Amino acid sequence: MRAVQVAILSTVFLWSNARAAPLQYLTGAGDKATPVVFLTWGLIIISISVILIIGLLLAGAIWRRPGEDWTPGARTALKSHEGGLNWLWIGVGISTLVLLFSVVWTVKVLAEIQAPTPKPAVTIEITGRQWWWQVRYLSDDNARQFVTANEIHIPVGAPVRLKLVGGDVIHSFWVPQLAGKMDAIPGQINETWFEASAPGVYRGQCTEYCGLQHAHMSFLVVAQPASEFRRWWDRQLAPPAPPTGRAQAGQTGFQMRCGSCHTVRGTEAAGALGPDLSHLMQRATIAAGQLPNNGPVLAHWISDPQSMKPGALMPTPSLTETELANIHAYLKTLD
Amino acid sequence: MTSIDDYERSPSIGQPSPALTEKLKSLWETKPGFIGWLGSVDHKEIGLRYIVTAFAFLVIGGIEALIFRVQLAWSNMRLLTPEQYDQLFTMHGMTMIFLYAGPILSGFSNYLWPLLLGSRDMALPRLNALSYWIFLCAGLFLYSSFLMGFGPNAGWFNYVPLAARAYNNGPNIDIYSLGMILLGISTTVGAINFIVTFLRLRCPGMSINRVPILIWGTLTANAANIFAIPSVSLAFLLLWMDRNLGTHFFDTTAGGSAMLWQHLFWMFGHPWVYAIVLPAMGMVSDGLPVFCRRPLVGYTAVALATVATMVLGFGVWVHHMFATGLPTISLSFFSAASIIITVPSSVAVFAWLATIWTGRPVFTTPFLFFVSFILLFTIGGVSGFMTGSVPVDWQLTDTYFVVAHLHYVLIGINVFPVAGAIYFWFPKFTGKLMDERLGRWNFWTMFIGFNLGFFPMHISGLLGMPRRIYTYPDSMGWDWLNLITTIGSFLFGFGVLLLIYNVIRSVRHGPTAPANPWDAPTLEWTTSSPPPPYNFAVIPVVASRHPLWEERLNQSEGSRSQIETGLLLDHGKEALGTTTLDAEPNIILKMPDDTLVPLYLALSMTVVATGLGLVNWWVVAVGGALTATCILAWLWPEARLGETAAPATGEPRHG
Repeated sequence: MRAVQVAILSTVFLWSNARAAPLQYLTGAGDKATPVVFLTWGLIIISISVILIIGLLLAGAIWRRPGEDWTPGARTALKSHEGGLNWLWIGVGISTLVLLFSVVWTVKVLAEIQAPTPKPAVTIEITGRQWWWQVRYLSDDNARQFVTANEIHIPVGAPVRLKLVGGDVIHSFWVPQLAGKMDAIPGQINETWFEASAPGVYRGQCTEYCGLQHAHMSFLVVAQPASEFRRWWDRQLAPPAPPTGRAQAGQTGFQMRCGSCHTVRGTEAAGALGPDLSHLMQRATIAAGQLPNNGPVLAHWISDPQSMKPGALMPTPSLTETELANIHAYLKTLD
Repeated sequence: MTSIDDYERSPSIGQPSPALTEKLKSLWETKPGFIGWLGSVDHKEIGLRYIVTAFAFLVIGGIEALIFRVQLAWSNMRLLTPEQYDQLFTMHGMTMIFLYAGPILSGFSNYLWPLLLGSRDMALPRLNALSYWIFLCAGLFLYSSFLMGFGPNAGWFNYVPLAARAYNNGPNIDIYSLGMILLGISTTVGAINFIVTFLRLRCPGMSINRVPILIWGTLTANAANIFAIPSVSLAFLLLWMDRNLGTHFFDTTAGGSAMLWQHLFWMFGHPWVYAIVLPAMGMVSDGLPVFCRRPLVGYTAVALATVATMVLGFGVWVHHMFATGLPTISLSFFSAASIIITVPSSVAVFAWLATIWTGRPVFTTPFLFFVSFILLFTIGGVSGFMTGSVPVDWQLTDTYFVVAHLHYVLIGINVFPVAGAIYFWFPKFTGKLMDERLGRWNFWTMFIGFNLGFFPMHISGLLGMPRRIYTYPDSMGWDWLNLITTIGSFLFGFGVLLLIYNVIRSVRHGPTAPANPWDAPTLEWTTSSPPPPYNFAVIPVVASRHPLWEERLNQSEGSRSQIETGLLLDHGKEALGTTTLDAEPNIILKMPDDTLVPLYLALSMTVVATGLGLVNWWVVAVGGALTATCILAWLWPEARLGETAAPATGEPRHG
């Protein structure tokens, strides 16, 4: 009785821990992920059953009728009968049926989730780059298009169409709670979709090995109610507030020292090599999901990115303390 | 001088005499001294070299893995830089897949094939030596850049554009490409040798339905290699040209294709996976029944399943590419094929189960390894079945679930049978018995260490841990699983050390092994331990799949194999060629003597590769000239081999 209690409690404990893992996919949120969750569990159960059955048969076979202990010279007599073929007929027969069933289920789920995006609420073009994600919100109205990085906002409960592009090498786009992986390959555009059925922040990660900082190429998907999403989008389009004081000097410094790689919309900084930093303060993380976006971390990052993300394409800038402080002050105005 | 009638004679039938064995020994024995050793073309010598070299690579690849397992043991570790980590995991994969898993099986097959087939050597002994020397040279070549600090760092699968010049400027990938092309030559000539040997060098009576399953496994694997290797060699050649000669095969900015690499690589890669497990499965199919005290259940089914697996194995390569955006219809096809390929595997599993169930198992160390293999094979099989399902694979792929799967497959289906095979055939190789008690310790450390290390990877994979990350944050829920994995992998490593220790100790102090210590049924156990250089003094004639068990399995007396009496072939180094299906005697083959030419040829080809690595055409030219010279020397007609036939002398030389 106690053992059962312990077993149940530890299962509950382990399960709640597992559910807390940000990249787990044993549960899902949305029409793209849910059918796959069922299929995954189905195949896990089939697999565990197979292992148990074969394991038990194996144990039975070994201990059913062991021969004498082996010493060279003293030998167990040979068995001469030729039986045992029934094992093959029955075992392979049952296996084949289970496999066929799995094929049918697989193809059914595939058809379900592979259909073209049903009435997408928004289309987002996502470009994987070493080692961050460029996110472009597409719109029929050119004035409403914009670019951001590493944080994707979507309206909750509506299908979102994704266009994936490889910006340099191959990356793979993965938000396990919302959908399986889709590669971002240079020279082709891969289209897929997902949908978040509940508001929240979902973690995503690059899963195709893409070089030194593959480990630190994550991103966030923020699912929010449609009205909130609309406000967020409008805000992204707003021009930056004119900086004052120290931040004003920071803007000049930023444009000179950082502007050839980074863009801040509405200013002279219009580089395209690094992440677009317009409204940077709206984002929860920097360095592609690696670091929290707060004052001290941001200051450390701009002064010495190589110690935090070795190999990142952002060089360690040779800036004086004052210049750094000014640029830092300026970045903090990008709200 | 050999005359034509020497080939056309009908060899007489007789029994071994001291004079005969003395003569054969002087004909076949490797010459003493270092030079003699270098020139040996004896399949047993070459086989052991393959095994020792491949095992050394296993140890090196294992050490690489243990180093990065420490890095991954907990979140945010800083033992390795990202570059060091990338080189280590690339070298680990490359080493284990190309320099260990394939060559170790070539080693066993090289050693065992002629003995299992009742032949005196492989069909093409010099090619055999060449195959080994190129393998060794390619291995050292591949490691040269790593030792200089710029090893391959784009993963063993080496996807472009990451492996292209634009993103990988050092010599790292050039060395990898050229080394792989070199290694491909080794594998190809080795494969040709196995195929020709199978077709022509089986002893009389060994029709194709009587060969041991190991023969089927190795044959199938090598027939597949002939078709698969060109694909990867081409891929690496094109990549080298892209990187050094300015072509654009894989350059997406100039009309090339990144997907082309993946197709070429996996058209090779997936058949290769089967090539490095089927011979190992064959070793189990032959070894396990010995300890169940009965013949294998379903011989024909298992042999056919082996071939079927390989044929289907050519139709599943896209399951490595499910997430690349291919059309749904082709995904469905490759998904179904990847799931259905489990059927022939299940044939083998149930055949082994039935063999144990209906037999009288005796618990020796090789038996433990072979039996545990069945369980590990099942676990690796079902996780493979899961990844075969496209929608599930979109979640599983590139997570640690796949790392768990592939290690259950490669360690479970390759390393465990190989360890069992070492215990099983060690007495034959060395004439010594291995220590059984130490063997138990060895087995249980490896088995527990392996499962402790690799089973939790399934769970870290289901919790989303991606592959090939050099570190991870502490909030991901992976720390404890990784710590357990690291502990398990060290325990497993310790188990492998015990194996090595047992081997070394038994070579030195093991009790002397009789010819047939396990009371096994196949021909290799009729020879002394270790076998004489000529394997068989007279060529045996077999009448069943288990020549040494016939009496006790009540085979009628008139239709039993003849081991003690057989064809006498002693007019120089000779072997018997037989017909392909029924193995009826059909030709006397003159076998070449020991020679250094294969070694020189391998070295010359390595010079070419080095020149290409340096993009120095002078070195390439010198290497090319040396290569041509060696080939010329190799092909120079020799009277003794009947390549320049003297006219018939008229004197009958029928012995």
